[in-house]
This record gives sequence, C-alpha cells and structure tokens, in this order.
Amino acid sequence: MSSGSRIKPEEVREIATLSRLRLSDEEVAALTQDLDSILGYVAELSALDMTGVEPMTHAVPFDCPLRVDEVRPSLPLEEALANAPRREASFFQVPRIVPGPAGGGGEEDL
Amino acid sequence: MSAPATAMHPKYEVVIGLEVHVQLATKSKVFSWSSTAFGAEPNTQTDPVCLGMPGTLPVLNAGAVEAAVRLGLAAGCAIRPRCRFSRKHYFYPDLPKGFQISQFDEPICEGGAIKFRLHGEPHSVRLTRIHMEEDAGKNLHAAAGVSFVDYNRAGVPLCEIVSEPDVRSAEEAAEYVRAIRALVRYLGIGDGNMEEGSLRCDANVSLRLHGAKEYGTKAEIKNMNSFKNVRDAVEYEVKRQASLLDKGERVVQETRLWDASRGVTQSMRSKEQAHDYKYFPEPDLPPLVVDEAYLAQVRASQPELPEDRFARYTGKDGLSPQDAGVLVADRETAAYFDAVVKAGAPGKKAANWVINEVLARVADPRALGGADLAVPAAALAELVNLIEGGTLSGKLGKDVFAKMWAEKRTAGDIVKAEGLTQVSDTGALEEACKRVVAANPEEAARFKDTPKLMGFFVGAVMKETGGKANPKAVNEILRRLLG
Amino acid sequence: MDPRAATSTIASIAPAVRAGKVRAREVADAYLERIAREDAALGCYVRVDAEGARRSADAVDAAVKAGRDPGPLAGVPLGIKDIFCTKGVETTCASKILRGFVPPYESTVTARLAGAGAVSLGKLNMDEFAMGSSNENSAVGTVKNPWSLAHVPGGSSGGSAAAVAASLCVGATGTDTGGSIRQPAALCGVVGIKPTYGRVSRYGVIAFASSLDHPGPFARTVEDTATLLEVMSGLDPLDATSVPQPVGAYAKAARAGREGLNGVRVGVPAEYFAAGMDPEIEAAVRAAHDELARAGAKLVPVSLPHTKYAIATYYLVCTAEASSNLARYDGVKYGARTADPKSLEELYSRTRGEGFGREPKRRIMLGTYVLRSGYYEAYYGKALRARRKIADDFTAAFSQCDVLVTATSPVPAFKFGERMGDPLQMYLADVLTVAPNLAGIPALALPCGFTKAGLPIGLQVMGPPLGEEACFRVAGAYESRTQWHERRPPDVGGAR
Repeated sequence: MSSGSRIKPEEVREIATLSRLRLSDEEVAALTQDLDSILGYVAELSALDMTGVEPMTHAVPFDCPLRVDEVRPSLPLEEALANAPRREASFFQVPRIVPGPAGGGGEEDL
Repeated sequence: MSAPATAMHPKYEVVIGLEVHVQLATKSKVFSWSSTAFGAEPNTQTDPVCLGMPGTLPVLNAGAVEAAVRLGLAAGCAIRPRCRFSRKHYFYPDLPKGFQISQFDEPICEGGAIKFRLHGEPHSVRLTRIHMEEDAGKNLHAAAGVSFVDYNRAGVPLCEIVSEPDVRSAEEAAEYVRAIRALVRYLGIGDGNMEEGSLRCDANVSLRLHGAKEYGTKAEIKNMNSFKNVRDAVEYEVKRQASLLDKGERVVQETRLWDASRGVTQSMRSKEQAHDYKYFPEPDLPPLVVDEAYLAQVRASQPELPEDRFARYTGKDGLSPQDAGVLVADRETAAYFDAVVKAGAPGKKAANWVINEVLARVADPRALGGADLAVPAAALAELVNLIEGGTLSGKLGKDVFAKMWAEKRTAGDIVKAEGLTQVSDTGALEEACKRVVAANPEEAARFKDTPKLMGFFVGAVMKETGGKANPKAVNEILRRLLG
Repeated sequence: MDPRAATSTIASIAPAVRAGKVRAREVADAYLERIAREDAALGCYVRVDAEGARRSADAVDAAVKAGRDPGPLAGVPLGIKDIFCTKGVETTCASKILRGFVPPYESTVTARLAGAGAVSLGKLNMDEFAMGSSNENSAVGTVKNPWSLAHVPGGSSGGSAAAVAASLCVGATGTDTGGSIRQPAALCGVVGIKPTYGRVSRYGVIAFASSLDHPGPFARTVEDTATLLEVMSGLDPLDATSVPQPVGAYAKAARAGREGLNGVRVGVPAEYFAAGMDPEIEAAVRAAHDELARAGAKLVPVSLPHTKYAIATYYLVCTAEASSNLARYDGVKYGARTADPKSLEELYSRTRGEGFGREPKRRIMLGTYVLRSGYYEAYYGKALRARRKIADDFTAAFSQCDVLVTATSPVPAFKFGERMGDPLQMYLADVLTVAPNLAGIPALALPCGFTKAGLPIGLQVMGPPLGEEACFRVAGAYESRTQWHERRPPDVGGAR
C-alpha cells in the first residue's frame, strides 16, 4: 500500500541530491515508501502544541568549557595523508573543482 | 528627488552591505590544538579534529572567545550573555566535516558600529552582528582534471562581521574595510592582511532611485583581495547595475566574482538558488556563557581605540586631523607617539618627527613596536627636547637624527661627541651678527624696505657659526642691529 | 582457565592476575582459543587481533613481575565494538564506506581500558553506523544470537552482547543511542548499561547522533559491568559534553545491593506496560518487581505521560543529527572512494551511494528532510520541545521514586528477516529504550528470565541523572536473589 500523500518520488530524488546520495530507481521507490510511512508516524508530533516549551538541544546542564590557547603537535604529514583515498605529494586529491571565473572558492553548487 | 552632494551616482542611491571575515591570530585553531601559523608546508598543521576524522569532537579555544569579545566591545556591540554554535552544511572538499561550525540564530555579538573618517567627515556604519566560526581548508586548482586540498587552514578561528546596508559609495566601502583592519590590528587579535587572506570581504551591492524606500535587487561581489579591489569592484558593479536599470532591465540576484585583471565582475551563479544550509544547534558544544565578570575583565584590558585616540590627538594634543590620522593608522605608531610624548616631548613637535622622519624610514609601521627599533621613543624624545631647549639647532637636528638612526646612538652622545651644541651665548652670537651685518652693508641698508632679507642675514649667521647658532636668538639680535 | 566458568569474571580474574596467581597470557590464550572454535558460527568479531592481545597480556604479566600494578582490569580480555577508534587498528563501524580506515588516534574509552590493564581481543560486529536493533544492518557479516542461531542478537551492539553471552570475552564495550546496549543485552541475557549522558567520553566514538550517543560496558555480572563503567567514566578534556562530576563507586553499589533494598522506592511507569508487549516478558518483569519488593523495595506506580511521543521524537532528532554526522564520508580524506569519478558530484554521490547501506541511507534522507528550512520548526523544532517534556516526565517521576524498573524490549529475540520488511515496525520496538537517551538518564539492562522457547528476557533499571549507583544497587540486589546470570548458551562449535 502506498499512500504517497506525504512525499513523492521527485522530492525523494531532490533530497538524495541534497544528501549527495546516488540512488537507483528501486532505491528511490523503496525510500519513497519508507519515508512516507515514517513521516506519517512522526506527523502526530507536529500536531502537538508546544508553545512555551524550551527546545532541549543538549542533555547536559552545563555551559561550554573553554581550553587554553596553546599549540600541540600536529599529525605528521604522512599520518594525516595515510588514509587518503587519493593523494598527490602533500595534498589530498579530488576531481577538478570548477571554480567561478576568477578562481574564487566557495560552496559547490549542483 | 535629487541626489545629495556626496552621492556616488547622480541618479541612483548606492546601497552596500559588507560581510568581512577576520582571521583571529590565536596560537592554536578554534576547536583543536594545531598551530595557525601562516605559510607552513601543506597538511603539516592538521590533527584528527580539524581533518574531520570519525569520532573527533570540537573543544573551544578561550583565546578565540576573548578576541571575539574584544572586537564586539570595541565596536560597541551587545555581547550575548549566552550564545550558541550551529552547524552550517554544504559539500565542498575544503570543508572536512561536510559542515562548518558557525553561529546562526544566537551569535556572540549583535548591533554595534564601525566608525571611521572619509575626507575628514566622520562615518558610522551599523553592524547587524559579529559571530564566530571556523575557517575551511584551501583548494588548489591544478591542471589535468584534478584539484588539491590543503587542510592547514581548516579550523583557524574567524569572526564574521556583518554590516547593515549603510554604506553609500565604493570609497566608503574601502574605508570601512580599512577601518576594520585597523581595529583588528589595534586590538591585537589579527593581522587584517587582505593579500594573505587574513581579512576577506564580500559586498552586497544594490541601487535604488534617490529617495526610494524599497531596496533594489542586490548582487553579492566576492574575490576582492585588497582595498583597491574593493573600491574598483564596487565602482564597476555600480556602473553595471546602473546601465542595466537605465535600459529598463532587471538586476539579477546572484553572486559575482571580481576579476581584477579584466576589471569586471562576472556572474558565478544565481543566488536565488540559495543554499539550504540546514542549520541546527551544534550538539557537541553546549551554549557559551559570557558573564559580566568576564566582560569587566576584558574591558579593563582593552587598548585605546583608534577613534578615541584620534579625538585625543586632535583635542588635547592639538594635532591636525591629517597628522592625527597618520598616527592612529597603526597601533604601533600611536603607541610610539604616545611614548615620545610621555618622555617629555611636546605633542606637535613629536608628531612632526614621528611622521616625517621615523615613519619615512620604515617599510612597515609595525616596526615601531619592535624591540630593535633604531631610534626608540625615549631617544626621539631626548632629541626633540634638546632642540626645544635650545641645545641643538633645528637645522642640525635632522642630521643628528640621521646619525642616530644609522648608528643607534643617542642624540646626547652625538651632540657631545661632535660638539654640535647650539650656540645660544648671546655674546658670541652678537659678535657673529655684528660681523655679518658689517660685511653686508648694502643689504643692511635695504632691510627696512625688504624685511624678507632677514632670511639672508640669518642664513649668513648660521653659515658663520657652522650651523650651531640658535636661530631665535639670532633673529632677535639682528632685528635690533638692523633696526 | 575456562571462559565459561562462573569464576571467569573481572572480579576474579583481575585480582588473581594482579597478585601474580594467574598469568594474563594464559587468560588471553584461553579466550583466543575459544574464539577460534566458536566465533565462525556466531560472527561476533569482525577482527580478532591475537598478536595484539598476546602482546598486551605479556606486558601486563611483565608489569606484575616487575612489581608494578597493571590496574583494576589487569589481564581482563575485552571485545571492542568496531565504533571505537583504535589507533593503528582498522575501524569500520561495520560499513563499506570506512573499509580500510586506520585511525591515527585512540578513543578515550579504549585508552582508559588499556591503561587499567585490560587486554583487547579484537573489534566486534555491529549494525552499520550503530543504526539498527538486530545487527542485520552490518555490511561485514551477520551475528547470531548464541541462545538460538536462527534469532538475532539485537543491535546495534549485537556483536558485543553476543560475545559476552558466548564467553568470547569477559566484557565488551558498546554504544547506546536508542537502546543499542540495553536491547542486545536483554536479547542475549547479559548485563549492559547506558550511563548518564556525558559520563563516558565520546572522543573517538564514531558519531551517529551526537546528543544521544552513550558509550557503555557489557559484562555477565552486575558487578563486572560496574567495574568496567568506573574505568570508562570520567571528565575528558577532549569532549566538551563530558560531565565533570567525580565518578561514583559503582562496583561498591552493586555489592551493596546484596544487603537488600530497604527504603528503595521502585517506580513502575504505567506507560511501559502498554498493550503489545509479549506476555511472557510482562510476566517476567512483574515477577522481578515482586522479587525486588521481597528484597525490601517499595513499588510505586508512576506515570510518564509523554512516552507515546518518544519514538517519533527520537527518530526526528537522531536522523537529523545522523544526516549531519555522516556528511563527512565523501571519499576525500579517508575510507572508500568510488572508482574513477569524473566530477566532484560523482565523487560524492557515487562514493556515498555505494558505501552506505540501506539503513544509513534511509536515516540520512529523513534527517535531511527534517532539517530543510521550512520544515525545521514543524519537525526538528517540535521534536526538541517534546524531548524537553520527556525529560521533565522523568524529573517528576524521580521525585516519587529512586529508580524505574521496566522491561527492556517488548519482544524477545526475533528471527532473522522477520522485521526487515517494514522499517517503522523495527523502530517501534525501541519504545521502551529511547526515552532515557532523549533525557540523558542512566539505564541498565540485566537478565530476568527466559521465554519458553529459551530466549532471554531483560529487565531495565533507570535512574536519575548521575544516579548510576542507584541502578547498580537495585540490579545487584536482583541478581543476588536470582540465578539467570549463571546460565550459559550451548557451545556452537565450528572452526573460524
């Protein structure tokens, strides 16, 4: 049974793109069903009136601890790169990032 | 409605808001212990945390918090007693965790303003907020279909300063950024170096008709890496947008990159398709509390700020705005000047010497803070006082200074060693003056009609005394002799 | 040295090794031999490090010989859930996407255990990225329940619970985000505790849901579990959510339980006995309540009215955080990478599409969905507020009682494949365990019976924040009056 009322395959594909997950058609279909079912279940929560209730983001009652500004040894270059799936000289290597015209950086855009 | 006299464009009001990222000069990174030193070999200043390795956690650097608080206090911001960190998500190779730890809905500082002078007129640009965040690594673009990533910079602390859209011209934009740089260096929290990337700036530029209430569509300009670039980029962008609007076309909301070599901004992508950063509160860092006791501590050790110094110099010290402006431009210059004055030299004279002689001899004003400066403040004060006190003539003063600089000797030593003590003994001077007047009867006769000839006579007496005569005394004596 | 003997506990082994009466090497060899015989059929270990174990054991023996004290866990063989980063030893979180990842750093927990003289036998299987309740989501093999090979051991710390139950280690580490220590402990008939949030450092624990992840120990007895927790606990400057309060005397509390529970109020929350619970489980838990009453405790009915929202709240919070924590797996810095990507987009999408299993993908997708601007307040924002209400429920309940005692899982171990068809059905089975993760309170599971089919049933003991001692006292009392912990599953045989 597919209710298809909360989420459609197009939106599932959109979310897969946002999450950088390449999905097969079967996966999209299965996930549409799964997400639809789960969203249906969690919907009862959105009906709750929570005005005046403070969100609980942390389960600890204390504030952020601070550490002294001091330098400790970094990883040696070889250890930092040891797990790199692709490296060249002292860099991590990726397929060419296509930048804007003047070589400026910034977030990738799909 | 007609444009105000200072308007950058006759038809359109230029509306600019700026986002400036300041790298904080803490010793270690904001969430881990690796060094932040500039210029290290690639990937030699990383650790599991800043590489975003699985299972690692951020731990907040107290030095970064202090720097952000100093900056906020200096800009007159309200410091939030409790602020939060948030995760800002996007996928890019230089962002190891796939999110940046930043601050979203509860930044550490809100409000405030950056004050500066443009053509002598005071300006104040309001701030929306200042927040803390971590820097990303660097992508290097190579040929042949690959790019390289260096994570040395990943995790360096940043403050992002967001202004209200109060800026009205390209010049003002550049001056605003310059003011932030000066402030950051004054506070000792950063280098503010655009060329090295420790100060970065994006500008949101839009136009609207003068008198209009609604804002026009804005374009975001990136990749301006010097004050000149800021000015040139904004100027170009204003021209570009004005031209579109004049033709009845729309300005597209987008990000544009400044290309300094071609002098144009170029579209990067449409900002309408804006990123959904999926912000949510950073679960690995509890809220940060900045209490009154801490603020009081920071306030107590806050250095005097450029604008306050400027007011003091032009007020109490009676300096001209131009001179005051030069002195406050760098904290080291101002500190040096203050030290010279504290050692007893009068303000105006000290200012002249600092500006015309000391600054002229250093490549970077920060050298005035150096321990091995050739002429320390006390030594300069001594020289100035020797001249003021009449021991050394002003003319010889410059020569003495040159020797002080080259040989690192004090004025006192040089004057003694070379017998440069000014002759103020009125008897000896009187003799010299009488000799000069006697030797120049024609000029002496013409003096009553040509008072300008005083210069000639004074010069002659100076020559006669090997430059050591006290010019004031000479002046008085000659006046008496010449009638 | 027989791993199945009643004396094969930390309480017996560590003092004997420290006193030089037993050699750590002998203990390690006994367990390694048993693993070699039994684990092929069970699949608990993803990596056995025989060489490393022998080296550590030899070092413990050398210390003892030199007159140095190796520590309170001297020579104790442990299994480590493959979610803890172990320096120089591959750590994969049972995922293809971390295949080959060798951490250049050690988790605080494993460092502390090693520093106390423990000997790590190897890394234990789990559900991929700790997402699952049956260990069926592992990309590196199945784990069978030692009590019945057709049944799941529970999850996500399935390998840890099964290994302890099958005497393939004396104790094990696990993590509990929605029940992942307690539920497999219950299904495998061993003891496991999810401590107070922040009691045990998360540094080096691969993150699933940062505000809900709790590292904790498994063992066969309550006292052993307490001893392990004492060593694992404590403030860690590498974890900003690490609790600064001093570590309690948990083993002492466990032993104190044997003296009785006079004056202890045991809360019985009505909402934890809802319809749908297996009747054998309910019967066993009610019998356990009676036993506690006979030990001197007073049973107090209480209510946790927001219990019915706990699953929805949990799955919104944990998936949002998981989608964020898993964003770093991109083939750039470590782990797997797709072959020959033509662009950055391909690098990311194919690496992640190929490297993540079904359940992580599902949770990433849901998490991304609920964090989208426009949806944030309706889902995640609401969930954070419901979380507050759930935590408040516990605070109110603990003003009326010292601990809460309930079942751990509404069903005993189920058969492989039984619940894989409908993810929602799998999620709903977490109903009894997720609330303590949301609130951050400690909760312990220990055996309290068996079904007629011979499958273990687990009792759950919850305490107020930093109330581990109360939990251990009550659990210790119950254990001292019962014999469930003395039963062993049959050997399964079959060489590795």
